[in-house]
This record gives sequence, structure tokens and C-alpha cells, in this order.
Amino acid sequence: MAMLEVTSLGISFGGLRAVDELSMKIEEGGLVGLIGPNGAGKTTVFNMLTGVYRPTDGGIRLDGQNLIGKKPHDICKMGVARTFQNIRLFSNLSVMDNVKTGLHNEITYSLAESLLHIGSYRKKERAMDARAMELLDVFDLGGVADYKASNLPYGKQRKLEIARALATDPKLLLLDEPAAGMNPNETAELMETIELVRKKFGVTVLLIEHDMKLVSGICEYLYVLNFGRLLAEGTPGEVLSNPEVVTAYLGE
Amino acid sequence: MQKLKKYAASKAGRETLVSFGIVIIAFVVMQVLLSLGMVSSLLKSLLVPICAYVIMAVSLNLTVGILGELSLGHAGFMSVGAFSGVVAVTCLSGGGMPEPLQLAIAIVIGGLCAAVAGVIVGVPVLRLKGDYLAIVTLAFGEIIKSIVNVLYVGLDSSGLHFSLLEQKFELAEDGEMIINGAMGVSGVSRLSTFTAGFVLVLVTLFIILNLIHSRAGRAVMAVRDNKIAADSIGISTTRYKLMAFVISAAFAGMAGTLYGMNYTTITASKFDFNTSILILVFVVLGGLGNIWGSIIAAVLLTVLPEVLRGVGDYRMLIYAILLIAMMLFNNSPLKQRLLEKRGMKQMEKLERQEKGGA
Amino acid sequence: MGFLNHLINGISLGSIYAIIALGYTMVYGIAKMLNFAHGDVIMVGGYMCFCATAYLGWPTAAGILLAVVVCTVLGVVIERLAYKPLRQAPALAVLITAIGVSYFLQNAALQIWGSNTKSFSSVVQGSPIQLFDGQISIAPVTLVTVAVCVVIMIVLTLFTNRSKAGTAMRAVSEDKGAAQLMGINVNTTISLTFAIGSGLAAIAGVLLCSAYPTLTPTTGAMPGIKAFTAAVFGGIGSIPGAFVGGILLGVIEIFAGAYVSTQLANAIVFAVLIIVLLVKPDGLLGKRVSEKV
Repeated sequence: MAMLEVTSLGISFGGLRAVDELSMKIEEGGLVGLIGPNGAGKTTVFNMLTGVYRPTDGGIRLDGQNLIGKKPHDICKMGVARTFQNIRLFSNLSVMDNVKTGLHNEITYSLAESLLHIGSYRKKERAMDARAMELLDVFDLGGVADYKASNLPYGKQRKLEIARALATDPKLLLLDEPAAGMNPNETAELMETIELVRKKFGVTVLLIEHDMKLVSGICEYLYVLNFGRLLAEGTPGEVLSNPEVVTAYLGE
Repeated sequence: MQKLKKYAASKAGRETLVSFGIVIIAFVVMQVLLSLGMVSSLLKSLLVPICAYVIMAVSLNLTVGILGELSLGHAGFMSVGAFSGVVAVTCLSGGGMPEPLQLAIAIVIGGLCAAVAGVIVGVPVLRLKGDYLAIVTLAFGEIIKSIVNVLYVGLDSSGLHFSLLEQKFELAEDGEMIINGAMGVSGVSRLSTFTAGFVLVLVTLFIILNLIHSRAGRAVMAVRDNKIAADSIGISTTRYKLMAFVISAAFAGMAGTLYGMNYTTITASKFDFNTSILILVFVVLGGLGNIWGSIIAAVLLTVLPEVLRGVGDYRMLIYAILLIAMMLFNNSPLKQRLLEKRGMKQMEKLERQEKGGA
Repeated sequence: MGFLNHLINGISLGSIYAIIALGYTMVYGIAKMLNFAHGDVIMVGGYMCFCATAYLGWPTAAGILLAVVVCTVLGVVIERLAYKPLRQAPALAVLITAIGVSYFLQNAALQIWGSNTKSFSSVVQGSPIQLFDGQISIAPVTLVTVAVCVVIMIVLTLFTNRSKAGTAMRAVSEDKGAAQLMGINVNTTISLTFAIGSGLAAIAGVLLCSAYPTLTPTTGAMPGIKAFTAAVFGGIGSIPGAFVGGILLGVIEIFAGAYVSTQLANAIVFAVLIIVLLVKPDGLLGKRVSEKV
């Protein structure tokens, strides 16, 4: 059984059919790309997978469990974490606290312990610090742990967002244009980090990118979306040689 | 490991200790001055209100600064606390309980009642956003005021009696009216003391500072900074919004009891929109999210106009100008540049480190 | 017949709310800010008219004109000094500033005119019209208020839909940046909006004081808040919404006072607001705006 099974997924906004009849299967441990021109509905798919939008029809199953109608925070608890196209950090919190917030459901203690700093407060906070620092080090952010998140340069903000998502210990990590706004060097470096993360944390990755060349390097399998519909799927080699895909990207 | 230690040393704990130290010193100095008879009777009469306003400001800062939602009805919770506290004390009196204990129980009951009001108000209000949320808190504040204004509560041997609009119950011979509609409460014994106020300020500080440096507090600030992102990492945004709002209401209620028990007469109109705004002024001038700022602003703005009687008439006018000037300054290019400078310094340091490392 | 009398009183009060709400709604639609001080501009309008007629002995029409001119200028000045520097600031900062301006106006009025209630003589004289053998009586000021409100609503609708300046307003309300690129002067448009809104507030002030002839520095505060409630009720940003919301709110308030309790009338009005916002968060005639993820 595939880890993520999306069947005939569709959503309409008023009269607009943003995504239609989309079916995907992602195996555990995979690194899969969701690509397509701008406005193809890629982010909308992410929003449906994470419960931000409720699909009009179709089904989403994670390890056999239904995700439709679940609230975003519950879907996160079930093991789906994401990043955003337009970075969404907790800009007034420190880099450290951003990641510690990601550990919210991983290392828990009660409200009474929060208010009174009694019981396991100290032990748990230390565990959080240690775990967060470990995650930050993966992304080479350990040195800026006490910086305010909004003071980080753009590339580091993107990395911090991935670190925060990983803190929730997801089975499935959704990355929405992780390399947007990065230069080729930074992009190459990021792609390496993503590979590393997948191995180190045993997480399945689905990433959105509209630059096909970029993803063909690391993704094992690609889904191509155009006007909300699945245009093609297959290994990067198959997809890139598909004439329809080439037309969708380059026009007639 | 070096890096880790820095965090494990619990910055939170240290900050709380320093805060406590300052408040305790202020209290001791005040006590010494009091015993030396160096405090004017005017200032003496302000000591309990100052404590109440400090708690109000800190608790409103939790809603406005930490949670990031503007509340314009905070005085409503103060009102609930004040009146329920009086009812509690009336029920307790005559039981031979020592006064401080009566007051403590009344404060707890005042806080609980305000927390209940906080839940009733918070559940619908927190579904709204921005300006709408602000205006609905204002509406709730007015509703609470109107209801207390027509509330009649009496106590006799058969228990408590409540009615709205008019006194619809008959009290037994030994009974007494506690809340008398628009006339409010009169003839209660003044149980609040400076020491009680001081202890309550410490408790408030302890809990709110702890909250900020905890899992729950981080969740609240995450919701403030980016609700959608907070949702995406598994934080139940409605739950933490409500939690912060209710805690804030509970402290406002306790401050209300403290404040109410400092006077022999209280009416609902004391806790109106103007009071809510006054507290908001403390919070804004002290800095949103800055607990210390709230305390200092509350103390100064309560004491100054009373001490400078001459400007008393102009007090509110000055407040208004201060409020506008402060907002304009906070959002002015000048302030932005100062902030950017600080941000730039961090960035520069970062770049230098990177260059050094490479 | 009591019911009809209450209904007429409600529509009259509602018309005043509607005029104030129109000002609120226009400013909100274009500047995207809650001008909390709007209610206090009403009070200034009332005082201006009062001073001109009672102290200077000017004719009523001149008094009204003075009120409109002063308030219009006041509105534009407030916008320039207090709100314009905050165009890029968070909504919370703008709202707090507006509360500051509201307080400033109230306390400045307190310093100038004192806290004593001034009794305002109605700008509309004449004896009430009696219907059904005097069972229903309609004060002339009621008729004038309703008529003025309807005229203002129609003129404003035509203005925003037909005139060039009105089109510019709608463009600025949709997208400031794009409007600017199209050659619209955004600052002028916002100033114009404040000018119109404040001018309306002056008229509302004169009518309010004519119907309820007591004038204090806080006269405008409660009607201002209620008119905002009315604007939200109808869907903020919508001109017909403000009209409908204002009338409904006035009727609800008078009925609540007549059939439940005058002391609880305000509480009931606010309770209705809360219920409306919960059921229909964008008001009766408002548009839904959701955040893009």
C-alpha cells in the first residue's frame, strides 16, 4: 500500500475548477516532485493535503487513514508537515523558538507546568533545546539560534522553515518551492540538504517546483500538473521527453 | 555543548527573578516610606489602585501584545471580578474567617467568574479577526456593564437571590442587599491592602512571565505571528487563543476584586469603555508585548496626574496626545531605521561569521 | 398604535445612524481603517452649529454650513496628521491611533466648552403632525431626518458609481497600488473620502442634536460606536449596507427600549451585532475576503 493515496481529487472555487481528477500515489521513503507551470494548481493541492482547503470531491489517504475534513493541526499530528511558497515564519520569535514551536506536539507538558514551571518543565525544555539545536545544525543554523527569525537572510529563512516542519517529526514532508529566490549555488546546496534530510529522518518528500530541470536531478518520480489536471507522470526521463509536457511549458 | 548550555541555563528563570527583585524592592521601599510617614495621604490612597492597574495592564498585554488581538472591553472582566468578589465576601463575612483569607477567597472567586465570562466572550469573539474582533470586545464590555447595571443580588438565611431589571425577590429579616442595580454596591468593608495588592502583582507576574517562556506561551505567540503556519505545525489555534484570552480575563477579574474591595461603594459605570481605554493606553505606551513597560506605564500614569493636580484637567488630553504620538513614533521611518540598524547589525555579524568560517 | 410610533422613532434614529454609518463605511472601504474618531466629529459638528446659532445669533442655515465646513476641514486635517503617516502600519496601530484622536477630540471639547450639557434647539421648528386622531404623532425633525438620509444615500450611490472621483474611490478601495499606476492620486482620493465622511458627520451631528437636544463632549461617542455597529451589520464598505444597517439598528434599539428595558437597549443592540457577525461575519451585504495561502 502506498503511503499517500490521492484519488480523483478536485476542488472548485465558485465556478472555477482549480484542481480536477487528480490521482497520485507516493510510496514510503520516496522523493517525488509536483511540477507544472505557474497557476497550474500545485499549491492548491498542498492546501488540500494539509486541510487548509476542503476538496470538493475525491479522497486523500495517508497510510490508509482518511485526511478529508480533518483540521490542519490534526493533519500535522497525523504526520504531514509543510513549508510555504511565501515563507511563513514566526517572525518575532527567535530562530530557536521557531523550531521549539515545531516540537509542540513532540515534547509536551501540561498547562499547569507551563504556568508554574513545575514538574517536568525544566527537563522537557532542555530536551526541546537539545532536539531543536540538533535540527538547526542540520541546516547550519546553530550559530544563529538566538537571532530573531525575521532578521535572517532569505535563504536561511527557507531553511529554518524546513527545520521547523521537520521538528513535527512528519512521515510526509511537503515543500512548496523550497528553492524559490535562491541562486544556483544555494539551490544545488539545498537539494543536497533535502536528500540528506530524507535519509537522516526517514521522511517521504513531495516537493513543488516549477523549474523542471531543478527537480529532475533529485526526484525519483514526477507528477506534472497543468490547468489543474494531471498532464503526465513518470520518471524524470519519461516526463521530460513527453511532448505534451514540453508544449505546456514552452507553448506551441 | 557550549551552545546548548546557554539555553539550558534558562534565560526565563533569570528574567523572572530580576522582575521579582525589582517589584519586591519597590514594595519594601514603599513600606519603609510608609512607616516613616513620608507618604502623602493621596499617594497612600493610590497604592491599591496602582496594584490593580498594574495587573490589569499586564493581563491586557497578554491579549494585545502576546496574543495579538485588540480587546476594547477589558474593564468588563474587571467589573465581573469586582462584583462577584463583593458577593463572595458578603457570603463569607460573619463566618469568623480572618480578613486576608476572606479577601484571598474573594479574589480567587472573582478571577474564576471573570474566567467564565472570558470563555463566554472568547468563544464567539475569537472566531473574528482584526477590527471586527476589537469592536465585538467593545460590545461585550458594554453588555457586561449594562447587565451589572440592572443586576440585583441579595443574601439572606435561605441563600443568595438574583434578579434582573428590578428587585423581584423578598429578603428575610436578617437579609441584606449586596448589589442594588444602578446604585451598585455600598457599605462593604474595605479589605484590600497594599500588601495584598503586592502579593497579587507578584503572582500575576510569576504566572504571565512563566507562560511566555513555556510551550503554551510559544504556541500563543506563534498564533499571533502567523496563524496559518501555527496550524501547519500542529498547534490548535482556537484552543491557544482561547486559553490566552481566558487567562487574561481571569487576571482582570482578580484585579477587579482587589480594586472593588478598596472602596466602600462601587458602581458598574466605574468599569466602562473609558477604563478599558485607559488600560489600553498603559499597554501601548509601555510597549506591546513588553510586560515591564506595562508595569511602569501603569504606575507612572496613575501617579503622575494625581500628583500634578494642576494638570488634572488636562490629563486625558495629554493621554490622547501621548497615545497618538507614541503610535506615530512607533511606526515612523525614524523608528524603522533604528530597528533596521539593529537587524542589519545581526545580519552583518552573520556575514562576517560566514566569511570568517569560509 | 404604540408599535407604529416606535417604528417611526426607530426609523428616525436609524436614519441618523445611517448617515454616520455612511461616513464610516466610505472611510473603511477606501482607507481600510476604522476611524474611531468619526463619532467625535459628529459632536464637533453639533457644537459648531450650537455656537453659531446660540452665541453668534447666526441663522440656522449658516450654523449648519459652518458645522459642515469645520468638520470637513477637521476630517481632512485628522487624516493628514494622524492617519496618513500610518498607511503602511499594522491595523492595530491605526486603530489605537484613531482611539487616541477620538479621546483628543472629546477632551479638547471638554476644555473648550466644559462638561455642562448644552441644550440644543432643533434646527427644524414646527408642531408635530398628528395622524389617526393624534394616536400617531410625527415630529417634523423626524421627517427631515429620514428625507435627508435617503437623499444622501442616493447622492452618494450616484457619486461613487457615476462620477470620475467616485470611480477613483472605488479603484483605490480595490487596489491602492494599481490605482496609483493608473494615474489616480491616492492621497487626494483618501482626503476626499475623509472630507465627505466628515461633512456627513456634521449633518448627522446637527440632526442628532435636533432629535435629542442635549450636547456634551461625549455626545458623539455612543452614536459613533453604534453607527459603526450599523456599518458592520450591513457589511462594511457597502453604501446600501450602511443604510440598511443603520435603519435596522435604530428600529431594534427603540423596540428593545420600548418592549424590554431602556437600560438594556444598548446591550440588546450589541448582542444583535455579535450574533450577526457570528452568523454572517461580513455583514448583511458585505463581500467575503479570505487570506491567500
